Amino acid sequence: MSKVYETVIGLEVHVELATKTKIFCGCSTAFGGAPNTHTCPVCTGMPGSLPVLNKEVVNKAIAVGLATNCTITRNCKFDRKNYFYPDNPQNYQISQLYYPICRDGKVEIEVDGKKKYIGIHEIHMEEDAGKLIHDAYTDSSLVDFNRSGVPLIEIVSEPDMRSADEVLAYLDKLRTTIQYLGASDCKLNEGSMRADVNLSIREVGAEEYGTRTEMKNLNSFKAIARAIENERERQIDLLEAGKEVVQETRRWDDTKEYSYAMRSKEDAQDYRYFPDPDLVPIVISDEWLEEIRSKQPEFREEKKARYQEEYGLPEYDADILTGTKKLADIFEETIALNANPKKVSNWLMVETMRLLKEKEMEPEDITFSAANLAKLIQLTDDQAINSTVAKEVFEKIFAEDIDPAQYVEEKGLKTVNDEGALRATIEQVIADNPQSVADYRNGKEKAIGFLVGQTMKAMKGKANPGMVNQILKELL
Amino acid sequence: MDLNLTAVELGKKIKNKEISVVEAASAYLDSIEAKEKEINAFVTIDREGALKRAEEVQGLIDAGKVTGPLAGVPVAIKDNMCIDGMLTTCSSKILSNFKPAFTATAVEKLQAAGAVIVGKTNMDEFAMGSTTETSFYGETKNPWDLTRVPGGSSGGSAAAVAAEEVPYALGSDTGGSIRQPAGFCGVTGMKPTYGRVSRYGLIAYGSSLDQIGPIAKDVTDCAAILEAISGKDDKDSTSVKEAGDDFMAALTDDVKGLRIGIPRDYFGEGLDAEVKAAVMAAAKVLEEKGAEVEEFDLSLVEYAIPAYYIIASAEASSNLERFDGVKYGYRTAEFTDLHNMYKKTRSEGFGPEVKRRIMLGSFVLSSGYFDAYYMKALRTKALIKQAFDRAFEKYDVILGPVAPTTALKLGESLSDPIKMYLGDVYTVSVNLAGLPGISLPCGYDSNGLPIGLQLLARHFDEKSIIRASYAFEQSREYKRPAFAVERGL
Amino acid sequence: MQITDETIKYVGILAKLELSDEEKEQAKKDMSNMLQYVGKLNELDTEGVEPMSHTFSVHNVFREDVVTNGDERDNMLKNAPEQKEGAYKVPKTFE
Repeated sequence: MSKVYETVIGLEVHVELATKTKIFCGCSTAFGGAPNTHTCPVCTGMPGSLPVLNKEVVNKAIAVGLATNCTITRNCKFDRKNYFYPDNPQNYQISQLYYPICRDGKVEIEVDGKKKYIGIHEIHMEEDAGKLIHDAYTDSSLVDFNRSGVPLIEIVSEPDMRSADEVLAYLDKLRTTIQYLGASDCKLNEGSMRADVNLSIREVGAEEYGTRTEMKNLNSFKAIARAIENERERQIDLLEAGKEVVQETRRWDDTKEYSYAMRSKEDAQDYRYFPDPDLVPIVISDEWLEEIRSKQPEFREEKKARYQEEYGLPEYDADILTGTKKLADIFEETIALNANPKKVSNWLMVETMRLLKEKEMEPEDITFSAANLAKLIQLTDDQAINSTVAKEVFEKIFAEDIDPAQYVEEKGLKTVNDEGALRATIEQVIADNPQSVADYRNGKEKAIGFLVGQTMKAMKGKANPGMVNQILKELL
Repeated sequence: MDLNLTAVELGKKIKNKEISVVEAASAYLDSIEAKEKEINAFVTIDREGALKRAEEVQGLIDAGKVTGPLAGVPVAIKDNMCIDGMLTTCSSKILSNFKPAFTATAVEKLQAAGAVIVGKTNMDEFAMGSTTETSFYGETKNPWDLTRVPGGSSGGSAAAVAAEEVPYALGSDTGGSIRQPAGFCGVTGMKPTYGRVSRYGLIAYGSSLDQIGPIAKDVTDCAAILEAISGKDDKDSTSVKEAGDDFMAALTDDVKGLRIGIPRDYFGEGLDAEVKAAVMAAAKVLEEKGAEVEEFDLSLVEYAIPAYYIIASAEASSNLERFDGVKYGYRTAEFTDLHNMYKKTRSEGFGPEVKRRIMLGSFVLSSGYFDAYYMKALRTKALIKQAFDRAFEKYDVILGPVAPTTALKLGESLSDPIKMYLGDVYTVSVNLAGLPGISLPCGYDSNGLPIGLQLLARHFDEKSIIRASYAFEQSREYKRPAFAVERGL
Repeated sequence: MQITDETIKYVGILAKLELSDEEKEQAKKDMSNMLQYVGKLNELDTEGVEPMSHTFSVHNVFREDVVTNGDERDNMLKNAPEQKEGAYKVPKTFE
C-alpha cells in the first residue's frame, strides 16, 4: 500500500519597501533609470563609504510587524552576511540575523471556508542587490547597481502551510496587509514582492520534518502553485524510489515547468554573519511604537465589515472591493465625492473587473481617477447620458482617465430629452416598420422592443430610453 | 625657511605674512624631493596640485576667509584616506590605480581649515602591520636610523614629520598605528576617542577600532589638528558630537591634582630597560609638577592582543571583500570565469600579511568557530573595557610606554608575525576600549633612538591627555634626527 | 588547534584567495600558530559577559528619507576595470 504524504511549506518573502531613498544612502529608489544612474559611493561599495540608516525603513518594518502580530525587538541590530557575487557591491549584504526587528507573529488565512493561523518566525530588514544583465554580444554580464541598497524586509514564516492554496492565501494576506500599510506595492511580476518556497515531505502523522529544499525565482502566484506541485512530486518520487532529498536551493523555470539545483563548487554556504560595526543599534521606545500603532490604517477585514454595514454592500462585493488597496481606495475616494456607494461599487465590480480581465491587468495597474468616475456617475444620475453611452465613456475613462463631462460634450453624446425631436423620430420609425406596429397592436408586447431599438439606432444611442418608451406607447 | 617649525608656528608666520603659503609649500616639496630617495615616506607627491592650492589658500587667507591656526600649512595624508581624484592606494597593489570619487570628511575639514595637501604617505598594506614594511611601494625608513623601521602602520606619516618633509600629517590608528610609529620616529601622535573623528572616507581595516588622528611635532599641533578634524559627521553613524572638544584650551602647563595611574602590568617581561627608565622618568617629571602618580594593576593586559587580532582580522576579512576586480582597482589580466577572476585578482593584488589576516578573519567567523573565537573576543573586549573603567574611577590619566622597544631593524619582525604582534601589547587595548591616547617622545636610548611615552584617558577626555602631555613637553627639548638636519635645505 | 589542508582550502573558497602550495603550507603554519596563540582567551572566564561590539552607547542614528544624490554614474564608473553601456562588465555570471 502506498504511503500517504504531507507537504510542509514555509515561505521566505522579500518585500521592497516603498521609500523614496535607499536604505543606507540618499539615492533614489525610483524604477527604470538608465543603469547605474541611481548610485553613489555607498551603494556601489566604494572604499571608505559608510552606511547611514533611513529611518523610514524602520518605521515601515515596524508597521508590517505590528500588522502581522509580531513582537517588536526593542534593541535591534544589523549584521553582515558575507558572500561574493557581482551584484553585491561590498560582497557582503547588510542584513539582520541575531536581532531581527520583528519576531513571533502570525496571520490568519482562510481556505475553503477553513480558518488557520500561519506563524511568522521573524521579519528582518536588509538591502537589495543590484541587477545582472547578460550581454550576449560579449558573452559577459553587466552590473547595474540601481537596485543595490533598495530597502527590503524579509518575512520568514513558520513551516505551517500544507498546500499551494494555503501558500497563496498566505501570500495574498501579506500582500493586502502590506499594501494597506502603504509599505510596498507588492508586485510579484516586478519583483517588489518575491517568495522563496521551503518545502519538505513527510508521511502523515510523522513528527519529524523531512529534508527541505528552497525554491527560488517564483514570479507569479501561478508559478508558485506550479512549482509547489512539481517539487512535491519530485520529492515523493525520490522517497518512493528509496532515495534521499538533498537540502539545496533550486531555481524554478516557469516556462519549462521544472526546477534545477543551483550549485557551485566555488561557493560554500557559510555566510560568516557578524554585527556590522559601521551601524549602531536601533532602540525602539514605547513612544515610537505607539506613534506607529496610532497611524495604522483600517485593514481589509475591518474595511470589509464596514462596507457591508455602512453601505449595505453584499459580502461578496465587499470582499472584492477590499481585495486590493487600490480598489478600496478608489471606492472610498469616489464616495467622498458624493457618489452613491452602491453605484460606485457597481462600476468597480462589473465594468472595471471586466476591463481588467480583458486587458490582463491587476487592480494595482488602474490609472483612472475617482474624480472622473464620480463625474460619470453624476452624468448618469442627471440622465445626461444613458447607460449605453455611460459604458462607452467609462472605457475611455479606464484607458485614459478622460474627463467624462468634457468628453460627452465634445462628442455630442448627451441624451436627447427634447420631446419634439424624439416624437419626430419615433413617428418616422412607426412609419418605416408597419409589420412591427401591427404585431404590437395584435398583442405582441415584445415588438415594442424592436421599435425602441430602431429609435435608439436612429438617435445614435443618445435618446432618453424612458421617454422613448413613453412616447412610443402613446403613439401606438 | 626653517623646516623645523611646528604646524602652529608656521601657521602664525603665514598669518603674519612672514612666509607665504606658496613659499611654505615649495620648501616642504623641495625637502620631500631631497629626502624621499632615502626615506620613502610617500606613495604620491602632488607638487603641481599643492602649489596651485597654495596660491588659492593664500587668496583665502588674504581675503580673511580662512583664519585658523593651520591655514596655509602643508600636510601629508596617510594613503588610506580618500581624496577626490587623487591616487589612494592603501599601499596595496589591489588599489594601485584607484582614484576616489569623494574626499574623506577629516581631510575635507582640514581643507576647509586651509590645509595644503602635498601628498599621500606610505603605510603597511591596508594598515596591517607595525613596521610599514608590508607596503606594495617598498618600506619606509626611520629618519633616526635608515636601517630601522619607522613603525607602522602610519610609518610614512610619522617618518615624513620626523624627517621634516612636512610639518604634520594625518594617520590612522587601529591597534597603535599612530602612536607606535610616532614613538619610533620621535614625534607626537594622537589617537582620539572612537567616534571623535569621522571615519567617512577612511578605507576600513577594523571598523570598530579604526580612528583617524594627527601626527605632528608637538602636543599643541595635535590639539589644533584634532580641533579641526573632530566632530559629528552625518555620513558616519559612529561619529558623535561630544563636549570637551575645545582641545587647545587644555594646553596649560598645570597638572596639579591630576591623578595619574601607572599599570604595573605594563612594566613586566619584554619591556626594554631603557624604555622603562625613560617612561618612569617622565612619570617623575609629572609628579614633580604636582600630579598624583600611583602604580596599580590594570589586569587582562595579556589578553588584549589575542582579542584584538581576532576582532580586527574578522572585520578586515569582511571589509576587504569589496576588492574583487569588479568596480575599481586591480583586475587580473587573464581569467577563465568569475570565481577564477575573483581569486586571481585578490591573490595577486594582496600581499602576504593582508592574506594572512583575511584567512584568519574568515576562519574565525566561519560556521562552527564563530562563538569560540569571535564572540569570545567580543566578550574579552567587554572585560578589558571594564578594567579600564575601573582604573578611570581612580585616575584621570594612565601612563605607560608605547612599545616594548625602540625602532627595530628593517626585516627583523617580518619573519615571525606573532613576535611583531606582541609589539602592540600596550597599544591595542586602547582601541578595544575605544579610548583616546597620545604618544610623545620622552627620551632616547643608547643608540640615540627616540622612546615614546603613552598617556590614556577616559572616553572623550582628550583634554586630560593634552594637559598632561603638554605639561611634560615643557620640561623636555624637541630633538631633530640628524638626517633631517643634514638633508635640510 | 591543528589546521588541515581541507581547512585552508575551505577558507580559501570563503575568502576568494588562491594560494600556491608553498603559500598553503605557510598559511597552515601561520594559522595554527595564531590560533594556538589566541587560544589564550580560553583561560578567561567570560560566562555571562555580554559581547561588546561598540564601546559607547550611541544608538538610533538615522537619515531622513529624502533624495540627496543625483546621477553620479560616470564618477562611480571611472575606476571600473571594464565597463560597457554605463554598467560594470564582469565575466558571464549564471544565476
